[in-house]
Amino acid sequence: MTAALLGASALWRREIVRFVRQRSRVSGALLQPLVFWLLLGGGLNASFQPAGSAPGTSYVAYFYPGMLALVLLFTAIFATIATVEDRRAGFLQGVLAAPIPRWGIVLGQALGGSTLAVAQGAVMLALAPLVGIRLSVSGALASVAVMVIIAVGLTSLGLIIAWRMDSTQGFHAIMNLILIPIWLLSGAFFPVTGAPAPLRLVMHLNPLTYGMAALRRCLYLSDPVAAGPLPPLAWCVVVSAAFAAIAFLAAARTASRSQG
Amino acid sequence: MSPDEEAIRVAGIRHTYGTRVALDDVSFSVRRGELFGLLGPNGGGKTTLFRMLATLLHVSRGDATVLGASVRRAPAVVRRHLGVVFQHPSLDGMLTVSENLACHGRLYGLRGAALGRRATTLLDRMGLADRADDRVATLSGGLQRRAELAKALLHAPPVLLLDEPSTGLDPGTRRDFLQYLSQLRDRDGVTIVLTTHYMDEAERCDRVAILDCGRLISVDAPHALKAEVGGEVIVVQTPDPHGLATRIQARFGCAVSVVDGALRIERARGPGLVRDLVDAFPTEVTAVTYGKPTLEDVFIHLTGHRFWAARGEATVA
Repeated sequence: MTAALLGASALWRREIVRFVRQRSRVSGALLQPLVFWLLLGGGLNASFQPAGSAPGTSYVAYFYPGMLALVLLFTAIFATIATVEDRRAGFLQGVLAAPIPRWGIVLGQALGGSTLAVAQGAVMLALAPLVGIRLSVSGALASVAVMVIIAVGLTSLGLIIAWRMDSTQGFHAIMNLILIPIWLLSGAFFPVTGAPAPLRLVMHLNPLTYGMAALRRCLYLSDPVAAGPLPPLAWCVVVSAAFAAIAFLAAARTASRSQG
Repeated sequence: MSPDEEAIRVAGIRHTYGTRVALDDVSFSVRRGELFGLLGPNGGGKTTLFRMLATLLHVSRGDATVLGASVRRAPAVVRRHLGVVFQHPSLDGMLTVSENLACHGRLYGLRGAALGRRATTLLDRMGLADRADDRVATLSGGLQRRAELAKALLHAPPVLLLDEPSTGLDPGTRRDFLQYLSQLRDRDGVTIVLTTHYMDEAERCDRVAILDCGRLISVDAPHALKAEVGGEVIVVQTPDPHGLATRIQARFGCAVSVVDGALRIERARGPGLVRDLVDAFPTEVTAVTYGKPTLEDVFIHLTGHRFWAARGEATVA
């Protein structure tokens, strides 16, 4: 147990050192969602009023929490690619030969990826006033806490995929078929309320929908009406935490079964 | 060999990739404090065996033990006994040498001051002290290998396992690396098992196991293996090997084999035969080499084919 945690902390630390030394990763994970937000948010702002939202909610404001989730998603995808690269470059074989259980390795990878995701998400929180969100200290802390839960879930989901892959070749397909749709159908891009019934069903089943709702509720902690019609915060947090736990256990299980 | 003297025991291991047999009922033991070589062409099965000993490949038939711990039943114990050096780099090029050692040490349960002391000792020993804060990617191939070795020795393992450790190194660096391995065995009593396809590397091992097409051909000290071939080896190049082989056999009464289009005469009766051959068949003999048997001769003697012409395998090193 101690050995697993010590090893996990070593891998966690390594992820952060690597990230700091790779400038392109910093800009990639922050700038891409920002550009999406400015272009899509700005472009759609005049044309769309988010369904079911409080009067006066602009699309740019609606899309802002979605952009935060996209930062978390992109960072999780980078963590996933990094794992495949570690295998290809040979670093992972040294780790696999060490006397540390596989779940300890996955824990280090998940914590590393999540830390980077949340750090970048927290930076983006500084933009909240631009869309009229007056973030209180408790609101900011609650938002960061929710981002931690979402990040662990998304990173673990990425790791389940990464531990099954030998190369990054098929990764684009998986990203476009699984990860991006999870984000698109989470209420990040358009609200559940206005969606057609079949889509609404999928969105209700999507675990990220509850993470998005929790994030919205925390951002509008002092003004629940502005958050729009959403499930209660406690329920959202429970579903999101359960998803993160299940995804992590599944990733650990996948890693345990992987041969070298 | 008694269990006390035994560092590694491989017992009846068989492994297949689909229908291809990678290891076919392989059994042997490695003594404690021995420098042991697994010699064979690529595809011979030595890397498969390496991965099994390193607990990275599931053993489905047979078993192997490292200091009494089974790779099947107690892989975690085996891992603590082993220092592993892979054929391909396993250091993170973006981290410094020190950072790599710190990360790896923690994976083996080392921490704090003890970790720092071990890292410093090994960096000194490997002559890497002045490069400790350089990123691994900026080191030369030889220095990277030394850093890999430092990493593998960090937790003071009693058994060191290396897969093709000198691939990609220039001959001088290769010699130094082997020299260091010998020192490690002599000074610290570390048992060392390495896979190799270099004959000169295998020559420097205490004992060598020869693997070909998944089968264990022979296990012995290099000099004993060479004694098995006997006397000297004469190799004759000729346009018509089979015809000449028959004529030499008829005339001189010695066993002649044809390997790769050349004639081989083992247990030759000294250099006199060379002169007699050239005198007897001046137009048919295009070239003759004469020498003490090497491990490559042993390999040909035991398998009947050249080292790099193993069945169905690429001949490129």
